[in-house]
Amino acid sequence: MAMRIRNSASRGTMMSRQISGLRSMSSWWKNVEPAPKDPILGVTEAFLADPSPDKVNVGVGAYRDDNGKPVVLECVREAERRIAGTSFMEYLPMGGSVKMVDETLKLAYGDNSEFIKDKRIAAVQSLSGTGACRLFADFQKRFRPDSQIYIPVPTWSNHHNIWRDAQVTQKTYHYYHPETKGLDFSGLMDDVKNAPEGSFFLLHACAHNPTGVDPTEEQWREISQLFKAKNHFAFFDMAYQGFASGDPARDAKSIRIFLEDGHHIGISQSYAKNMGLYGQRVGCLSVLCEDEKQAVTVKSQLQQLARPMYSNPPLHGAQIVSTILGDPALKGLWLKEVKVMADRIIGMRTALRESLEKLGSPLSWEHVTKQIGMFCYSGMTPEQVDRLTSEYHIYMTRNGRISMAGVTTGNVGYLANAIHEVTKSS
Amino acid sequence: MKTNDFSSSSSSSPSDRRIGALLRHLTAGTDADRVSSVFASPTSGGAGGSVFAHLVQAPEDAILGVTIAYNKDPSPIKLNLGVGAYRTEEGKPLVLNVVRKAEQQLINDRSRIKEYLPIVGLVEFNKLSAKLILGADSPAIRENRVTTVECLSGTGSLRVGGEFLARHYHQKTIYIPQPTWGNHPKIFTLAGLSVKTYRYYDPSTRGLNFQGLLEDLGAAPQGSIVLLHACAHNPTGVDPTLEQWEQIRKLMRSKGLMPFFDSAYQGFASGSLDTDAKPIRMFVADGGELLVAQSYAKNMGLYGERVGALSIVCKAADVAGRVESQLKLVIRPMYSNPPIHGASIVAVILRDKNLFNEWTLELKAMADRIISMRKQLFEALRARGTPGDWTHIIKQIGMFTFTGLNPAQVSYMTKEYHIYMTSDGRISMAGLSSKTVPHLADAIHAVVTKAL
Repeated sequence: MAMRIRNSASRGTMMSRQISGLRSMSSWWKNVEPAPKDPILGVTEAFLADPSPDKVNVGVGAYRDDNGKPVVLECVREAERRIAGTSFMEYLPMGGSVKMVDETLKLAYGDNSEFIKDKRIAAVQSLSGTGACRLFADFQKRFRPDSQIYIPVPTWSNHHNIWRDAQVTQKTYHYYHPETKGLDFSGLMDDVKNAPEGSFFLLHACAHNPTGVDPTEEQWREISQLFKAKNHFAFFDMAYQGFASGDPARDAKSIRIFLEDGHHIGISQSYAKNMGLYGQRVGCLSVLCEDEKQAVTVKSQLQQLARPMYSNPPLHGAQIVSTILGDPALKGLWLKEVKVMADRIIGMRTALRESLEKLGSPLSWEHVTKQIGMFCYSGMTPEQVDRLTSEYHIYMTRNGRISMAGVTTGNVGYLANAIHEVTKSS
Repeated sequence: MKTNDFSSSSSSSPSDRRIGALLRHLTAGTDADRVSSVFASPTSGGAGGSVFAHLVQAPEDAILGVTIAYNKDPSPIKLNLGVGAYRTEEGKPLVLNVVRKAEQQLINDRSRIKEYLPIVGLVEFNKLSAKLILGADSPAIRENRVTTVECLSGTGSLRVGGEFLARHYHQKTIYIPQPTWGNHPKIFTLAGLSVKTYRYYDPSTRGLNFQGLLEDLGAAPQGSIVLLHACAHNPTGVDPTLEQWEQIRKLMRSKGLMPFFDSAYQGFASGSLDTDAKPIRMFVADGGELLVAQSYAKNMGLYGERVGALSIVCKAADVAGRVESQLKLVIRPMYSNPPIHGASIVAVILRDKNLFNEWTLELKAMADRIISMRKQLFEALRARGTPGDWTHIIKQIGMFTFTGLNPAQVSYMTKEYHIYMTSDGRISMAGLSSKTVPHLADAIHAVVTKAL
């Protein structure tokens, strides 16, 4: 009996050794280092993990209403009601929804744009702003391999990742002036002037992320003239059209100036914020070309880059956009709702600044109302931000960027007090 | 924009004066022509022309281009057997009942918001997808050794996996079967891997070249990556038997070859989700590591919503954690986070027992219809006495049949019979119906009996 048990035990051991023989080999991935957390998206992760009832999330740029709740626009809900049950969910073409792209170009280039009439714009639906920037960066690498991209300091941190992964050489240009908490215009113009002729520049069309500092219209005209003199290529990242001033046409002014001045530009557009379609990943990449033939050519090459990345873009978000922009009543509703969002943010800027001034802060907080869009570059140091998080459970990115969309009448007092406490001795 | 003399300081605005000063600074020492060219008319397109003027037009995608050509054809008898999208007996696209139910559920839930998903996607979707492909009782899942990230359908899962391998795996070569889906080599090349092939299809038998496969994988350098179609090989429809899979597994493990499964047809091939996942599960059962790209485009009919998942099975839980963190670094600069809609539909269906069961029935119905089309086409060719052995039509499995027709024959069928397919002779059985089988059989009969 004992013998039998011993035999079957050893047979079992032999079998498990055969299988575990593989287990004893080490993993192919043992040298994989843990990656650092994304500086922006990691903030929300930390916020969610915090059990404190006082916690405030002014990290990621996602709009909140005055109750601190995420918002689905009414025009979006209505569009979804119309779409549900009707869609066949077939593949879109590689370039995405033609209808959605056509409507989107009107927003950027103007309803009556001659460039749209003349079919000079190569445009494809993209995976929101990130996807548009990445497609353009890959396109730039493939067809202008010796070019580099000039990126403002500071900028959305993912811009650096995008052009790096596309293997395009990066340079930077002066943008933010810490002393004035405004634009370093002469630094910017110097860098534009000193860049080699024909350089590629990344410009934030409006509501610069993270600083909220935009050039004035006059300054945009001067930048455009200098670009002409230097033959630079302007690539606009427009993620906040409508969100900055409440008026989409006004927010596209920088682009319109460049178009008037004859530049052949590229544009990344996103519906993440201005239509609240964040998770749907809906956007558009466009490149203005010399003529229709070239636009067809460029579009065909953009599609060649999209096909091995995701084949064709997702349908649902594009359907929502087409439904809204294609219906005058829904479009009117959307424009109203965008203005409400922009106005609430402008109101919170005023409230935050006034609260800080009332608390007797020794610092100037003028920049809170001068800056525009979703973000306020507070000027706080990483150490001060860390104190806000550890002592007050207030979450923001360590560059001192406050997402004003996360500020409410309910928390603005608490926020102002905390900011005052950590900055009053500086 | 009118031409101004910016050098004069009278009656000009501050910005005009600034521009004037700037221009004088820039153009000091140059001739007047260069200065005046800055003020060329607004639509002149700038002094240098387009920076992309040197581009040539890219060719149409071979597969998606078929549908474009089909759409342009005015013939009433045209037949689209190109892209692999399921069609009903009436030739219509199909949205599954369970998908419509899930859609309704999502619409009715007013608490749903459209916020960004995490970089890894919808977490519940990821867990359910891993269970679907690896099996609910998979030891790898139980031991937390799997990391799953939501990606843009099969294409996106392959691309993210490829980029991860190019960065972190010690071997940068991937072996893909000959032939394979046309987009595979492009995906892996752009991901940063170098692409080689292994023998797969045997034109003389219209079946698997198993000897060639074993030889080529046996000759591959230690540690090379190998792309495997989990079931319903695209474009040939030729799959290894389970015994052959076991031999492949043994060989690959002995050479440390890294399996990268492309699972685009789970449930669609045989009608059974578990049967179609068997090859993958065999590899997981031996405790080794692998990658698998899953698509819900066909088996849930979610094509345009771009829903898929990449799973990496690792040796240990902490390794899986680190791998996931690195996958996020690939995804963030590509599209930040994946789309929410399609993944939400899948999660609703997979988490609900009734919806899940209903889905398996709808899936089986689609698979059965395709199997029936195979039988009908085979019978139709036999009835016409079409020369040649056409048994491969009923032996091959999944959405596609590799007819064995050559590009000249395909071209003839398109011109004379308005039948659209890819030039490699691949036809999508899902595009056939009882009504159109005779038309296709006539066309095949015609080209085979002609001297082309």
